Amino acid sequence: MGILEIKNVSKNFGGLKALSDVNLSVQENTVHAIIGPNGAGKSTLLNCLVGKLIPDTGSVTFQGQSLLGRRPHEINQMGVSRVFQTPEIFTDLSVFENIMIPCFAHRDGAFQMNALASVRKQSDIHEQAEAILEDVGMLDKRHMHAASMSRGDKRRLEMAMCLVQEPKLLLLDEPTAGMARADTNNTIDLLKEIKEKRDITMAIIEHDMHVVFSMAERITVLAQGTPLVEETPENIKGHPKVREAYLGEAQV
Amino acid sequence: MFGLNSKDSTLLILVAVLALFAPFILNPFPEGSALAQFNAGYPDLMQRFVIFGIFAIGFNILFGLTGYLSFGHAAFLGVGSYAAIWMMKLLTLNVIPAIIMAIIFAGIFALVVGFISLRRSGIYFSILTLAFAQMSYALAYSVLTPITGGETGLQLKATDTPLLSNLGPTEIGRANLFGLDMRTSYELELGTWLFTFNTGYYIAAVCMLIGFYVSIRIFRSPFGMMLRAVKSNQQRLNYTGLNSKPYTLAAFVISGMYAGLAGGLMVAMDTQVGPERMFWTASGEVVLMTILGGVGTLIGPVLGAGMIKYMENIISKINDNILHQWFAFMPDGIEDFLVTIIHPFIGKGWHLTLGIIFMLVVIFLPGGLVEGGQRIGRMFGSGKKADADTGAADTKPAE
Repeated sequence: MGILEIKNVSKNFGGLKALSDVNLSVQENTVHAIIGPNGAGKSTLLNCLVGKLIPDTGSVTFQGQSLLGRRPHEINQMGVSRVFQTPEIFTDLSVFENIMIPCFAHRDGAFQMNALASVRKQSDIHEQAEAILEDVGMLDKRHMHAASMSRGDKRRLEMAMCLVQEPKLLLLDEPTAGMARADTNNTIDLLKEIKEKRDITMAIIEHDMHVVFSMAERITVLAQGTPLVEETPENIKGHPKVREAYLGEAQV
Repeated sequence: MFGLNSKDSTLLILVAVLALFAPFILNPFPEGSALAQFNAGYPDLMQRFVIFGIFAIGFNILFGLTGYLSFGHAAFLGVGSYAAIWMMKLLTLNVIPAIIMAIIFAGIFALVVGFISLRRSGIYFSILTLAFAQMSYALAYSVLTPITGGETGLQLKATDTPLLSNLGPTEIGRANLFGLDMRTSYELELGTWLFTFNTGYYIAAVCMLIGFYVSIRIFRSPFGMMLRAVKSNQQRLNYTGLNSKPYTLAAFVISGMYAGLAGGLMVAMDTQVGPERMFWTASGEVVLMTILGGVGTLIGPVLGAGMIKYMENIISKINDNILHQWFAFMPDGIEDFLVTIIHPFIGKGWHLTLGIIFMLVVIFLPGGLVEGGQRIGRMFGSGKKADADTGAADTKPAE
């Protein structure tokens, strides 16, 4: 029984079958990659996990609890964090405030009516935020306006924001899309470092085979809304079905 | 001071001093001089400055922090006013219960309107709030006449017998604070200057200072930070495990309560209310005030409110005769020419002047008057770092 169990999930958009009968099990403390050609349903699947979309049929359970019908903030509070394709941060706020917000979410839950409390006096939050910034090497940028950072730094900040909440499952939606090779390698190193330091499960949706094969322990290939194969990276490379559906067009 | 850092304390003290000495500051010209019509230090106008300041401070908590543009805030002002006048008619002429009820009723109404309107965001949210406000206006005007007095509105009458006030049989009650009449004024004559200190103004000013203080606390609280996060990236906030809905609803209710306080104070100053107080132009006015002063800044809304109310009351009073007096020293032809040129911008044309100023501010100072103040502060005080909010307050002590 994996930490995340997806059973018989289907999702249609009008006449389009985005997902049909997807079964997938992500084991605890592994890095599980989901790959597939464009339009295979990877992003739809991810959106079904975080509460943005509700599957038409099937079930999604995280640590034995159903995720269906729960709103994004509830799923997050259960321990599932999401990293977006383009870094989603609070661009109008400073780096430090960006980090403080998940600190508050972690401490106080989904809503806290603390309109007369002072941010200045929350020393535990300050310490926690400083520690995590130190950890990702951004302490010197704490006063920077988040919008003015480089893309790589934004990604790093977003990861840090997710990690503050000590998620058990981190969902990554093409974390290196549109990045130069050097940035991609930095991201891979960052993810590996995160993986080493904590007990965390990662599910990565990725186009870039370099990322997939340097990180993943299990790979699921999705094509036209159905999982084709689930295998270890070594076995995926030579798999005839995969070559046909995907790798034939991409160079490995 | 009061849990504020030194910068915010300075700002609060500055605003308090300005409010305290407003009768002097707003009356810089001696009585009878040609410039005396630019004096704004009379009770009626000073009361409006602080009351609309409160309205705008509250509006800014919603619009400035969360970015949700409500176009129906006048409805809460109106509900507060009606609640206040009914308290005066039925219970007591003391303004305290009236103001408290105004805040409570406006808060409850804001909870209902906000709960429904906040299901949508952006333009749809604005339209929903506008619809609610216009609905309230129409109801107050027609169906709810027994409660609202319809077109004529409500005012204190000789037939009113408030439970706790002893009035003579034909006596019309006057709003008071523990016996202190709102309309009493003390006039101080210094040479040719005349300064008026009005009870009602100072009570409203105290309310404004409390409101301003609470707003600073909200801006500096974790709650305020979440509201700014809503404006910045609501999706990220939800995926960070925070439920944006109660945050925005709380901000909406708080700003509705500020509007209710403003409405209650209006009744306390001048014991009457009519449905036009809820008309959509009144909702639009507070949007203008906030944008003109500086959205999301602490002092901006107060400045904007002061600016608009000043123009509404001062520019609109200038007429052609006054212009002729000003330009009397010029040759006749040029005098008439100048008067003709300026004519559309004064008197009833004050909206035109306001419109031009508004456009200039939005185009050249997107941060409102506060940004203007910051730029001036930077120009002069190159040595010391110009502070965001106090810098602006220094340059424009309209309130």
